[in-house]
Amino acid sequence: MIKKITCIECPVGCQLEVETDQSGHVIKVTGNKCEKGPVYAKQETENPMRILTSIVLTEGLDLKMVPVKTNKPIPKAKLMEAMAAVKKLKLTKQVKVDETIASDFLGLGVDLIATRPASFNSH
Amino acid sequence: MAAAVAAQKAGVKDILLLERDQYLGGILNQCIHTGFGLHHFKKDLTGPEYADRFIKQIEAIRDIEVSLKSFVVRLTKDKILTYLKPGKLEEIKAKALIMATGCRERTREMTHISGTRPAGIYPAGLAQKMINIEGLLPGKEVVIIGSGDIGLIMARRFTLEGAKVKAVIEIQEKTRGLIRNVVQCLEDFSIPLYFRHRIAKIYGKDRVEKVLVENTVNGETFELPCDTVLISVGLIPENELIEMACVEIDKKTNAPVSKEVNKCSIEGIFVCGNSYKVYDLVDNVTRDSVKAGQMAAEYLKGLK
Repeated sequence: MIKKITCIECPVGCQLEVETDQSGHVIKVTGNKCEKGPVYAKQETENPMRILTSIVLTEGLDLKMVPVKTNKPIPKAKLMEAMAAVKKLKLTKQVKVDETIASDFLGLGVDLIATRPASFNSH
Repeated sequence: MAAAVAAQKAGVKDILLLERDQYLGGILNQCIHTGFGLHHFKKDLTGPEYADRFIKQIEAIRDIEVSLKSFVVRLTKDKILTYLKPGKLEEIKAKALIMATGCRERTREMTHISGTRPAGIYPAGLAQKMINIEGLLPGKEVVIIGSGDIGLIMARRFTLEGAKVKAVIEIQEKTRGLIRNVVQCLEDFSIPLYFRHRIAKIYGKDRVEKVLVENTVNGETFELPCDTVLISVGLIPENELIEMACVEIDKKTNAPVSKEVNKCSIEGIFVCGNSYKVYDLVDNVTRDSVKAGQMAAEYLKGLK
């Protein structure tokens, strides 16, 4: 089967033609302008993954909400479940960029990390 | 920040960076999604991460003095700046000036949508600030006008926060946003995108109740019940300060009339980033702002 997808690895947005066999495995990819295309097409067809970015509520810090992301992509199908878990978190310690807020998040083998520094309120 | 760093690297010794917010980073701080820095840092970063890399550079340079909560209220053609900061009204004369004042959002009033004026109508960037900085969700059932990048990003953001995005309405025949954003913000969540459609009317007394969507080709209409309408119909360069200094402004775009990137009609005033023209990618803002810093340094050398 041949399917058309748009590569989202960068802002160029190449139109890829992806050929799969009967079991859904990718056999051939065309239309890509760089080497990221075929890797993306295989992942997107066989098990689509996304980086989740969101915010975590804090207490006693100078930012009310600290932006966070998963340090690696998680399965697209897990996004809403991951959001529900993010909403339950509350950050009470200072963080730097890249600092882990929840390790092995939802048992997915990825860490939830801060993307903006937050420190204790000065007053 | 990129202009300040570049100016210092080019030999400028006395740099003052004025920021009206209580943090450096501007709009990047509320753009918590990824997609920034692929060119400049060769890495896929979020907005706050991209800003943080520049904040660290600024903090490491002693020649750059940062003044936060500093709101410039006046600028003259002789480059005299008046700014307010908590408890003070300061005046300072600059030899060269780099304006990096960004954009503001086009509003509902500028798009000529008829109907009532209930609560629940937000510019998309304001909704982004409410969610990502303040932790407030502006509504539960959302219709988005305009398929620019901010509109697309907010469709995903509202969905992830548990709201229902009913549709994105685009008057043109194709999106003004990046294709990757159509894929990962709309298609991922099965959010319908209507091309060649417009909002003909907004209904609601105290709160938005529904909108009337019209096909601009055949005139057919349908209603969408919702409690929130996001307006994402473009940006306007914010240039009232240089206008006050009598810099020539293009009234149609609100950008300075200019023959060369970062330049305006007054020598020694440079305009960079979204206040010069509306950019799609922050990496390109950085590239041209570095140039602005170098141009300002060059100009100062010529004065001596």
